[in-house]
Amino acid sequence: MRRLGQTFTALRERGERALVAYLTAGDPDLRASEELVLAAAEAGADVIELGVPFSDPVADGPVIQQACQRALAAGTTLRGVLRLVEAVRKHSPVPLVLFGYYNPFYAFGLRALATAAGQAGVDGLLVVDLPPEELAEMKAESEPAGLDTILLVAPTTTPDRLRWIVREASGFLYLVAVTGVTGARPDLAYAVDERIREIRRLTALPICVGFGIATAQQAVEAGRMADGVVVGSALVQLVEAHRGAPAPVQALIRDLKGALSGR
Amino acid sequence: MTPRPAEAGASVSTGPDARGHFGLFGGRYVAETLMPALIELEAAFTRAWQDPAFHQELESLARDYVGRPTPLYRGRRLGEALGGLRVFLKREDLCHTGAHKINNALGQALLARRMGKRRLIAETGAGQHGVATATVAALLGFACEVFMGAEDTARQALNVVRMRLLGARVTPVEAGSRTLKDAMNEALRDWTTHLATTHYLIGTVAGPHPYPWLVRELQAVIGREARAQLLQVEGRLPDLLVACVGGGSNALGLFHPFLGDPGVRMVAAEAGGRGLQPGAHAASLSAGQAGVLHGSRTLLLQDADGQILPTHSIAPGLDYPGVGPELSALVAGGRVQVERATDEESLAAFQQLASTEGILPALESAHALAVLARLAPRLAPDTLVLLNLSGRGDKDVPLVADTLGLGAGPP
Repeated sequence: MRRLGQTFTALRERGERALVAYLTAGDPDLRASEELVLAAAEAGADVIELGVPFSDPVADGPVIQQACQRALAAGTTLRGVLRLVEAVRKHSPVPLVLFGYYNPFYAFGLRALATAAGQAGVDGLLVVDLPPEELAEMKAESEPAGLDTILLVAPTTTPDRLRWIVREASGFLYLVAVTGVTGARPDLAYAVDERIREIRRLTALPICVGFGIATAQQAVEAGRMADGVVVGSALVQLVEAHRGAPAPVQALIRDLKGALSGR
Repeated sequence: MTPRPAEAGASVSTGPDARGHFGLFGGRYVAETLMPALIELEAAFTRAWQDPAFHQELESLARDYVGRPTPLYRGRRLGEALGGLRVFLKREDLCHTGAHKINNALGQALLARRMGKRRLIAETGAGQHGVATATVAALLGFACEVFMGAEDTARQALNVVRMRLLGARVTPVEAGSRTLKDAMNEALRDWTTHLATTHYLIGTVAGPHPYPWLVRELQAVIGREARAQLLQVEGRLPDLLVACVGGGSNALGLFHPFLGDPGVRMVAAEAGGRGLQPGAHAASLSAGQAGVLHGSRTLLLQDADGQILPTHSIAPGLDYPGVGPELSALVAGGRVQVERATDEESLAAFQQLASTEGILPALESAHALAVLARLAPRLAPDTLVLLNLSGRGDKDVPLVADTLGLGAGPP
């Protein structure tokens, strides 16, 4: 079984929800990122999504937009992000997912990326602007390289599309909790629990809920029926406020993970 | 399944296929949240485009409100100045609001009303599309918000005031390069957040499917009219079509009805800006690489890492690092040729049209005139040219006056 699958299986056996921590790679620079990723894993993050910075992140709110800007200003490239993964792998088995937009991946070359990512120790790819309609080209390279394909399920996803997404996805499903961009305010009107029940009828894939989750209380509420929650903008804000110092990020992760473990 | 676009009333079609691809280009590269909305929009447009009642309402407003058909005017003095060419100008500058942008805005607003939307949003560069959207929003009773790069709100201040007078909210975008690309990012984010109530009225033949197809169909009225008008006055098809390209809506609108005419040469005029170095121009068709931005695969100005490069053009409507996917396909296939006009050449062409014909063109359209001036020495006398004068230059007067040192700039 691949690393993401093993992680979620182990968590289920322990009755814990996964904490998926998002950090923009290269914010404020790659050296600080390496320290942040290892610190996040040490503090209890079960999976780490490494944001690959892009000049035009249209699915992101201001917090992650600015993180992308900082990372690009520091000279971060996809090649650099892969070196970061290699460095992290020397010290930690934490599952790592590259979270990004298609153009930098496409420019790198899909086959070259799949090979390099697999060798560096990446476990999965989540390409925000690659819906199932356009997925085949990348998946033809990434699946044989052992990389999982993490796909989004949105509040607007229809039952037909949900069946399609579930067929194409592996690793886990990322359930977007709001009709909006990252860092948005949680949409209380959206019945996350109901959607999770709908998905469970179709698949045994783990389900992680994200977008707009910033506090332990929100994490517990959003994750009640899920296998995990994703926290991004709240962590990135701490990275920004403390210029990449790991301690505040670790404190929030401990708080979130504690709540999700029922401790 | 929705019918393929080709069955939905396109006169001459080069695609897209059922999934929105023009060969290698096009498609729908958006987050899952937007996908159902794009599928709904495609179905709604397909139905409307097959419905005679929709065409009747669109044509009636195009005639009585926009002022269609726009004249086809022979610029005799311009033709003489260019060495004896027969130059016909398609006068989209005479449309209500001053540019071809209203053709698309009106059609999409009527579609949005059918879909039960209450709010229109748009991105704008020069402000012409923003003004057109604000105008149809007022006409049909929509709330309206226009996103405009902060750099553009400064250099096209007149259009900002026009939009506000029309009741639209204008939101300056401070992110990124503060131009059209960033305005489009912000409009996409807003749409993602307000899908239930809002229609995103994209102003050009770019973006995810169905926009490149839908906007082309709404703008092809330019070429259909011009083709019939020219056949009437000259008794033959043109030798050469020229139009400027930012996203490409006026160019594709002119070119498309001629794609089945092999003898008609087509030239797209791109923004050559200050020169060939990266960041100094917006020539995505001639200097771009295939990539994915704003929902489609197309030719993009990008660096080796796939980051989008800054662009420059004196014409804000051309200041965009991408281009419509169908134009990328037509250029890659050799059907459409590309020429660049620099800022300086375009300013000279602006002045030439003013002094020979008494018409102030938009700086965007002046790029088409500049490319024609460059080609002219190599064209046989009496070459029959059809040029899309896509917009008027009132909005550019302060900028041109400043650049040329004519004074009487803004107070």
